[in-house]
Amino acid sequence: MAAPALAKPPVLDKAKGEKCVEETSVMRKRHMDFLKHQRDDTVHGGIRGAKHSLAGCVECHANARDGAVLGSSQHFCQGCHEYAAVKLDCFDCHTSHTKSAQASQKRGVPR
Amino acid sequence: MIPVDESRRKFLGTTAAAAGALALGPGVMLYSYAEAKAGSGAGERTIRWGMLVDTTKCASGCTACVDACNTEHNIAPAKLPTDVQWIRKVELKDERTGAVHSMPVMCQHCAEPPCVDVCPTGASFKRADGIVMVDRHTCIGCRYCMMACPYKARSFVHEPTTNKSSVAPRGKGCVESCTMCVHRVDKGGTPACVEACSDAGHRAIIFGDLNDPNSEIAKRVKAATTTQLRADLRTDNGVRYQGL
Amino acid sequence: MAATPRPAPPANLFPTAGVEPRGFWALAIAAAVVLLLALGAFHYLEEVGHVATGMGNEVVWGLPHVFAIFLIVTASGALNVASVSSVFGVKAYKPGAALSALLALALLVGGLMILVLDLGRPERLVVAATHYNFKSIFAWNMILYNGFLAIVAVYAVMSLERRWQKISAPVGVLAFVWRIILTTGTGSIFGFLIARPGYASAVIAPLFIALSLAWGMAVFILVKEAVCHWYGVPVSEEMRVRLRRLLGIFVATGLYLAAVHHLTNLYWARQTEFERFFLLDGGLYTVLFWGGFVLLGSVVPLLLTLLPRFNSPRALLWACWAVVEGAFAFLYSFIIAGQAFPMDLFPGYEVRSGFRDGVVAPYLPRLPEFLLGMGGVALAFLVALVAIRLFKVVPRDEMPAVEVK
Ligand code: HEC
Ligand code: HEC
Ligand code: HEC
Repeated sequence: MAAPALAKPPVLDKAKGEKCVEETSVMRKRHMDFLKHQRDDTVHGGIRGAKHSLAGCVECHANARDGAVLGSSQHFCQGCHEYAAVKLDCFDCHTSHTKSAQASQKRGVPR
Repeated sequence: MIPVDESRRKFLGTTAAAAGALALGPGVMLYSYAEAKAGSGAGERTIRWGMLVDTTKCASGCTACVDACNTEHNIAPAKLPTDVQWIRKVELKDERTGAVHSMPVMCQHCAEPPCVDVCPTGASFKRADGIVMVDRHTCIGCRYCMMACPYKARSFVHEPTTNKSSVAPRGKGCVESCTMCVHRVDKGGTPACVEACSDAGHRAIIFGDLNDPNSEIAKRVKAATTTQLRADLRTDNGVRYQGL
Repeated sequence: MAATPRPAPPANLFPTAGVEPRGFWALAIAAAVVLLLALGAFHYLEEVGHVATGMGNEVVWGLPHVFAIFLIVTASGALNVASVSSVFGVKAYKPGAALSALLALALLVGGLMILVLDLGRPERLVVAATHYNFKSIFAWNMILYNGFLAIVAVYAVMSLERRWQKISAPVGVLAFVWRIILTTGTGSIFGFLIARPGYASAVIAPLFIALSLAWGMAVFILVKEAVCHWYGVPVSEEMRVRLRRLLGIFVATGLYLAAVHHLTNLYWARQTEFERFFLLDGGLYTVLFWGGFVLLGSVVPLLLTLLPRFNSPRALLWACWAVVEGAFAFLYSFIIAGQAFPMDLFPGYEVRSGFRDGVVAPYLPRLPEFLLGMGGVALAFLVALVAIRLFKVVPRDEMPAVEVK
C-alpha cells in the first residue's frame, strides 16, 4: 500500500493480561488462521469458549473505555486492519463489544 | 497496565481450562462418539438431539417459548414477511371434530433435511448430533434452502443488523433458523424454549437424546403415539408431536 | 453510419465487411443505461438489504428469478439452430449456427448475472467455488452453466472460422447433449422440491426442455430477422417457413407438457388443492397462466404458425413476440404461485398462526428487483449486439432469397 498516511504503524489499544493466546509474533501473522479454524470447530464441532474464540479476542482486546475493538484507528482490530488495508466482514454479524459493554449499552452498535 | 478485573479472570480461567474441561462437555463428545463408532464400536451410541411437543399441554395463546427464543437470539418479534423468526405458535382446529390444538413449530431438525441436500455450498448442514443449522460463514444467501424446507422454518436476514449479541451473531444476507440452542446444548443445557415452557408451568416441550433409551424423550416417544409433521416426506424429524 | 449498400447474393457464409447496422450506438447506449440502473439497484440492495424488494421469508424467489430462469431456459433453446445444423446435419441451418451459439452465450450470461446480483452475500461467490455440495442440484447447475459457456464458446468460434467449420460437428453434438442436461438441471431446481405441490413433479424437467425449445426459437427468429434487416441481408422465405413450422411444433409440445403437468397433479389427491388454487382461484396467477401462457403464449402463436393464411413474415414476428410474453407469464405464475400457496403441514386441520400458516403469501414486486431483472436482459442484449457487430455474425441463408421489408 502506497498511502503515505499509513507509513507509521498505528498505536493500538492495550490488551488485558500479559500474554496473548499464542506468541505475539505468531498472532500477528496467523490470527486469521486460528480464527477460521476455531470458527469451524465451534460451528460444526460444537467446541465452545475455546482458546481462539472470536468473542475471546474481543474480551481482551477491547478499548478500556467503550469496550469495543472497532470504532477508531486506535481500536485494536480496526486500527491494524486500516493500516494493513484489510477489510473484515466478521463484525457484520459478530459484536465488536465485550459482554459487559453490550449489557451496559443496549443500543445500536457502530460497525 | 489495565487493572485485572473479575470477568477477565473468569474468562482466562475458561480459556486455560478449555481443552481439559471441554473434553467432558457434550460438544466434544460429538467427536469422541463419532470416533468410538468408527473404532471398536461395541455398544456405543450416538447422540440425536430431539424435542417432543405435547400439544395437550401446550396452552392456546401462550407464547412463552416464542418470547424466550426471541430474547435468547436477539430477535425482534416478527411482524413483516421479511422479519426473522425461528419459532411460531400455530393454532389448529380439526375440520371434522372441531377439536383445537396449539403448538410451536420450528426447524424440525430432520435426519434427511431437504435444506441440506439443496444447499450449493454446504452451509446448510447437520451436526453429528442431529442438529440442523446454517454455517453463516459459508452461506451465500441464495435462499434455495428456504424453497426446499417443508416447514417454513427458515428466515433470511433482509436488513443490516444494529443491535448485536455474542450469543447470536446475525448479519444481512444470510439464512438462519432454529439451532436448538446449540450454544446451550453444547454446554449441557436445554434450549431456551423448553426452559421457558417449563417455567410457565406447562412442560409441553421436552428436550433430550432420542437415541438414549433411558432418556425421558426416548421413553415417551416409545410409549405414546407421536407424529412427525409431513411424515409423508420421510424426512425423519427430530421434533415430534404428541396428541395430534 | 454509411448508407447500407445491398450486398451481392451470398457467395460465402459470412458477410463482407462494410455493412453497418443502423443505430448500433443508440441501442448499445440504451442497453448500457438499463444495465447501469440494474447495477445501481444492486448497490442499493447491498446497502439496505432485501427489505427493499417484495420478496420475504415465504416468497423467497421473485421477479429477478423470473427473468433469470427465462434467460437461462431460453439460452438453451437459442441453440436450436446450431443443434439442427450440426447434430442432424441439416445444411440449410448452418448459416444460422454462429448466431444461434452467440445468442445462447449472451442469454446465459445475462441470466447468471441476475442470479448472482440477487444473492444475499454476492461477495462470497468464491465460497460457491471452494465449498461444494455434490448433492445439491443447484451446485450441479453451476457446473452445467460454466460447461455450457465453455462448450458453446468453442462451438461459436469454430462456426465463425471457415477452416474449423468442418470439424465443428462433434462440438455441436456435445453442446446439444449438454444443453439438454442443462435444461433438465434447471427444471430440476424446482422439480426436486418435494415439499411444494406447485413444483414437485418429474414432468418439470421435460416441460422445461420443451419450453426452452419454443422460447429459444422465438428469440432466435426475432434476433435473426432484426440482424438481417439491419445488415440488409435477405432472409430466405423457405428458411422462414421451416423455422415457423418448428416454432409451432415446439409451442405445441410445451403446451402439451404443461397440460400433462397439471393433469398429473389433479390426479394426485395431495396436489389437487394446489391445482384448484392455480387453475381457478389464484387471482393474478390464474389469469397469467390461462391468459398469458395458454392463450397469448401458446394458442395465438399456434394459430399464427400453423394456419397457412397467417403465413407472412409479420405474423411470424407476432408469433415470436407472443411466445416471449407467454414465457414471462408462465414463469411468473409458476415460480411465485408455487411459493405463495401455503404448504399443508397439518392435513385435515384449519390452521392459524402469526406467520400466515394456511394463507396465501403476499408478493408484490418492487422497483429494485424489476431493475435487476431488466439488467440481465440488457446484459444479454448488449453482449449479443456487440458480438454480432464485432464478428459480423449475420446469417446468410443459402436458399432462394426474398427481400425483407
Ligand atoms: C488473554 C487475553 C487475550 C486474548 C484472549 C487474546 N489476546 Fe491477543 N494479545 C493479548 C496481549 C496481552 C497482547 C500483547 C502481547 C505483547 O505485547 O507482546 C496481544 C497481542 C495480540 C496481537 C499482536 C498485536 C501487535 O501489537 O502486534 C494480535 C494480532 C492479537 N493479539 C490478536 C488476537 C486475536 C485474533 C485473538 C482471538 C483469537 C486474541 N488476540 C486473543 C491478549 C489477548
Ligand atoms: C453472516 C454472519 C457472520 C459473519 C459475517 C461471520 N460470522 Fe462468525 N459466526 C456467526 C454465527 C451465527 C456464529 C455462531 C454459531 C454457533 O453459535 O454455533 C459464529 C461463530 C463464530 C466463531 C465461534 C464463536 C466464537 O465467538 O469464537 C468464530 C471463531 C467466528 N464465528 C469467526 C468469524 C470470523 C473470523 C469472521 C470473519 C472472517 C466471521 N466469523 C464472520 C455468524 C457470522
Ligand atoms: C498487528 C496487526 C493486526 C491486528 C492487531 C489484527 N489484525 Fe487481523 N489481520 C492483519 C493482517 C495484516 C491481515 C491480512 C493477512 C493476509 O491477508 O494475509 C489480517 C487478517 C485478518 C483476518 C482475515 C481476513 C480475511 O478476509 O481473510 C481476520 C478474520 C482477522 N484479521 C481478524 C482480526 C481480529 C478479530 C482482530 C482483533 C482481535 C485482528 N484481526 C487484529 C493484521 C492485524
